[in-house]
Amino acid sequence: MKITKLNRRQTLKMGAAVVAAPAVLTSTAARAETTFKIGLVSPLTGPLAGFGEAQDWIISGIQKSMDGLSNNGAPVKIELITKDSQSNPNRAAEVAADLINNDKVNLIITKDTPDTTNPVADQAELNGTPCISTNCPWQPWFFGRGGDPAKGFTSTYHFFWGLEDIIANFVGIWDQSGVAKKVGGLFPNDADGNAWGDKDHGLPGPLKAAGYDLVDPGRYQPLSNDFTSQITAFKAAGVEIVTGVMIPPDFATFWAQAAQQGFAPKVVTIGKALLFPASVDALGDRGDGLTTEVWWAPSYPFKSSLTSESAKDLADSYVKASGKPWTSTLGFSHAIFEVAFDVIKRTKDLANPASIIESINATDLQTIVGPVNWKGGPVPNVTKTPLAGGQWQRNNGKLELVITTNVQHPEIPVGGKLKLLS
Amino acid sequence: MDWLNAIVQGILVGGLYAMFAAGLSLIFGVMRLVNIAHGDLIILASYLAWAIVHATGLHPLASLIIVVPLMAGFGYALQRGILNRTLGKDILPPLLVTFGLSVILQNGLLEYFTADSRKLDAGFLETSSFPLLPGINIGVLPLLMFVSAVAIIAGLQFLFYRTSLGRAFRATSDDTEIAQLMGLDNKKVYAWAMALCLAVVAIAGVFLAIRSNFDPFMGPGRLIFGFEAVIIGGLGNLWGTLVGGVILGVAQGLGAQVDPGYQLLAGHVTFLLVLAFRPTGLYPRVSG
Repeated sequence: MKITKLNRRQTLKMGAAVVAAPAVLTSTAARAETTFKIGLVSPLTGPLAGFGEAQDWIISGIQKSMDGLSNNGAPVKIELITKDSQSNPNRAAEVAADLINNDKVNLIITKDTPDTTNPVADQAELNGTPCISTNCPWQPWFFGRGGDPAKGFTSTYHFFWGLEDIIANFVGIWDQSGVAKKVGGLFPNDADGNAWGDKDHGLPGPLKAAGYDLVDPGRYQPLSNDFTSQITAFKAAGVEIVTGVMIPPDFATFWAQAAQQGFAPKVVTIGKALLFPASVDALGDRGDGLTTEVWWAPSYPFKSSLTSESAKDLADSYVKASGKPWTSTLGFSHAIFEVAFDVIKRTKDLANPASIIESINATDLQTIVGPVNWKGGPVPNVTKTPLAGGQWQRNNGKLELVITTNVQHPEIPVGGKLKLLS
Repeated sequence: MDWLNAIVQGILVGGLYAMFAAGLSLIFGVMRLVNIAHGDLIILASYLAWAIVHATGLHPLASLIIVVPLMAGFGYALQRGILNRTLGKDILPPLLVTFGLSVILQNGLLEYFTADSRKLDAGFLETSSFPLLPGINIGVLPLLMFVSAVAIIAGLQFLFYRTSLGRAFRATSDDTEIAQLMGLDNKKVYAWAMALCLAVVAIAGVFLAIRSNFDPFMGPGRLIFGFEAVIIGGLGNLWGTLVGGVILGVAQGLGAQVDPGYQLLAGHVTFLLVLAFRPTGLYPRVSG
C-alpha cells in the first residue's frame, strides 16, 4: 500500500530529482573558481511584505563588506540573486528550486515566517544545497518540516528564538504587573495559533506551572469580524491579562470591541500583531501600553561583525534613511548576511557544498542580534538568539518600544518600567 | 443574557456585511456582472480616505465628502473605459477583467502605500458605547454602521423604484435590447450603476478603515461574506441583502458562543442550508 501513498514531500523529492539530474551531472565542470553565488528568498510583496521592506537598504549597507570578501587569501566575487516569495509558500519553493537548478547558487539564505523559510529549506535539503534561515520561531521551522531531534537536517541551518522564550518573557511581564493571575487566550486557527494554544507544547502547560489560570475559549478563524463570545467568556472569568498571537486587523477588531463592550484588562501581551510600529501607531491612543515580545532593539548590546555598527547605529541610520521608525526585523535582516559572509570566509573549498556545510556547522560569530553558534542548540541545526519583553509607550506623542523584561538575558538593558493599562 | 448579547452583536456585524454586499448586489442586479475586485475597491477607498485624512486633517467621516464623489467618478470611468467593452453573451471576459483589476489594485496600493498596516483614528467614536440592557452594550460605531447600511439600502431602493434613473436601471436589467429600442443607452446606464456602486463602496471603505487595520491585500478576505449575504438574501434584491447579512452575522455570533471555532462554520452552514432549500435565496428578484 505504501507505494500508492505519496505525500507532498515525496512527490517534490521525486520531481526535484528528475529536474536536478542534468544539473548534478554537469556541475563539476561548470563552476568558476572565484565567483560565489548566494540566493536570497524573502517576501517583498503580499501580506508579509512588511518584513522585506528594508531589504534594499540592508543590502546597500553590506555592499562594501560583500565587495571586500576573501577566502583562502584570494578575493571572492559574490553574486547575490534575490527572489520574491510573494508571501506564497508554493512560489517560495518554486524560486528556491529555480535558484538551485538554474542559477546553481552555492548558498541559499531565506527569512521571514514559516511560509518562506520552510519551503525554501525543504528544497535546499532535498538538493543538498547549504541554506541558512532566520525570522521564524525554531519550532515551526524544525518540527513543521518533520525534523527529528535525534538526527536533525543535513544542509539547512536556522538561527532565531522559540516559543519557550516567548512564554518566559510573557510570564516575566505579567509577574512584574502584579495583577490577578487570570489570563485570557486569543489563538487563531492557523499555524501560530495552534502551536501557541497546543495543550502539550504551547502556552497552557508552562502558564499553569507559573501559577497562571488560562481561559481559552477556542480557536477562532483569522480575519474574524466579531470577538463578542471571547469577550463574554473573559469578563465572566474575571480575566485581567489578555494574550495571544494575532494578525493586526484581528487585534484591532478585538481591541475596539473590548472597549465597546466594557472589558478593560490590565495587561495585554500579544505576539505578531504588535511587531511593526505602523500597526501599533494605527491604534492611536489605544496602542499605548500594549506589551509584546522584543526580537531585537537598538538597546541590544551587540554590534555588527561586518560594519562594526552597534544596534543603535543600525537603527538610527535606518530611521534617517527611510524617515520611518526602526523595526525589530532590521537586526535579523542584517545578521543573516553577517553569518553568510562569515561562513564564506572560513570555508575550505567554496566549490564543495559539504565544505560549506562544515563551515556553517563550525560558526561561532557575535552578530548584531547576539551570538550565533550551532553547537548546543535546543535541537540540531538550530541556534537561539536572545529575546526580551517590552511595552509600547507613547512619550510626547512618539510611540516607542521600551524593554521592560530581560528575565532570560540580563545583558539586555531594561529601558523603563511596565505601566498598567487600567 | 450571553446568548442575547451574541444575537445583538451578530445583528450589528450583519450591518457591516450588508454594507460590503450592497454594491455587489446592485451591480449584479443591473448588469449580471460579478465583480471580483469589489473587495479591493473597498480597500482602495480606505486608502483614499487615509490619504485625504492625513493631508487635510479632516475627521474620517468628513472625508466621505471627497471620497464618495472621487470613487463614483472612478466607477463611471472604469465602466465606460473598460468593463463595458467586456460585457456580452459570454460571462467569462468580465470575470477575468475584474480578476485582473483586483491584482493590479493590490500591487498598485502596495507600491504606493507600502505594506504597512493602516487605520483611521476616529477617537472616542470607536470605543464609546451605551448599555441597552444590563450585560448588553451597544457600540456607537457598530450601530452607526448598521444604521448607515439600512440608510444606504433604503436610499438605493428609493432610487430604483421612485426615480427615472431607477426606471432605466430596471428596464435595462429586465431586457437590454427592448430598453435600447426605447432610447436608453445601456452603456451609460451601466456606467451610472457602477458610479453608484462605487459611491457605496466608498462609504464601506471609510467604515472599514475606522473599524480595523487594513493593508493592500485585505480585499478578497473581506469579500466572501458579502457574496454570501447577497446569495442568502436573493440575487439582486437589496433588502434581501440586508437580511442576508444579518442572518450571516447572527449565525456566526451564535456559532462563536458555542465555540469560537464554529464561528465561520455556522455562517457557512447557514449559507449552504439556504442554497439547499432555497437555491435562489430568500427573496429572489431575478429569475432565470
